[in-house]
Amino acid sequence: MEVDTAAINTIIDKYGKDKSYLLAMFQDVQRQYRYLPKEAIQYICDRLHIPFSKGYEVATFYASLSLTPRGRHTVHVCLGTACHLRGGPNILDTFERELNIKKGETTENGLFTLESVNCLGACALAPLVRIDGQDYGKTTPGSVKKIINEYGESS
Amino acid sequence: MVEFTINGKKVEAEKDEAILDVAMREGFDIPTLCYHDTLGSDGRCRLCVVEVRKGNRKRIVTSCLYPVENGIEVLTESPDVLLVRKTVLELLLARCPDSEVIRYIAKEHGVSNTRYAKDNDKGKCILCNLCVKTCEFNVGVTALGMSGKGPAKKVTTPYGEPSRVCIGCGACVAICPTGHIYMEDRDGVRMIWNKRFELARCPKCNRYHAPVEQLEFIAGKSGTPIEELLICPDCK
Repeated sequence: MEVDTAAINTIIDKYGKDKSYLLAMFQDVQRQYRYLPKEAIQYICDRLHIPFSKGYEVATFYASLSLTPRGRHTVHVCLGTACHLRGGPNILDTFERELNIKKGETTENGLFTLESVNCLGACALAPLVRIDGQDYGKTTPGSVKKIINEYGESS
Repeated sequence: MVEFTINGKKVEAEKDEAILDVAMREGFDIPTLCYHDTLGSDGRCRLCVVEVRKGNRKRIVTSCLYPVENGIEVLTESPDVLLVRKTVLELLLARCPDSEVIRYIAKEHGVSNTRYAKDNDKGKCILCNLCVKTCEFNVGVTALGMSGKGPAKKVTTPYGEPSRVCIGCGACVAICPTGHIYMEDRDGVRMIWNKRFELARCPKCNRYHAPVEQLEFIAGKSGTPIEELLICPDCK
């Protein structure tokens, strides 16, 4: 994959080429590409004079960084205590079935990445689903399809 | 100067020295897998645990990291130490059931089996970090690193692909305490970390002895002409 070195240079310079901001740079790159391309890690490491293996350590350590392309929308199904009791696992199962992917994977058309979280702090709305910051409370297996359709056609 | 006792013997040490360094100097035998005198201590294998008594209190510490203190009593073979060490060995055995080294040390400590679920995907690697450190500090190329975290953590080159900077020197193989890292020399070719290295032939004895890339690396660093490095250590 080709990366836009001009854009990455802008990110690196934004942090004054300071290697202690490596994680922040990775996050910015991830925001742009929705994942961390290998070439981007290599390029940043080269410019900061960090061994590639060290950059790879950082990139693989943090759960918020992804080395594989992620979907345009990230579906977070809450499995915290309250959501768990009110059927969160069923909601996750339904998403897995409807999207035909497992937790942590991305749909083939690149639209959705499915993930679980351990509490979103809105237990009154359990079971809760959050997509790109938008909350869907008191979901049922029946409403899952409707939610998916909201995103399916647009964008 | 710090004074304390190890198994009742009075010993002296410099401030900030670790118990393990003093104990080894004084001839006490403390098992360890992740300690190396050129690379210091990380406290990763946890085999070197000892009991430290201070007044009425006692605790189990990793001797490779614990700095010496005046008046402490160190016990290297107390019942508590042996119990903890056995548990550590059981855990290591569960992670690396195929490691001959761990099986041998475990046997020496009377541990023949483990009560924990055995892993089958870790090879013989105990994540001691010695290969990563020797590659960075002794060789100076930093081709290796840890990837991931928790149960998925492992030693690897980036993406598990042939590393651009690896010189095929095999220092990681030599330092690995359990023999986890795979390296093979055959027909003038060395395979290590999925990378293929042409081996150089010694012009005098015609024997393959080191990867060309390694000799070029040494030549570049030291200024020694490559023709001189091509001659193997035995013919020099």
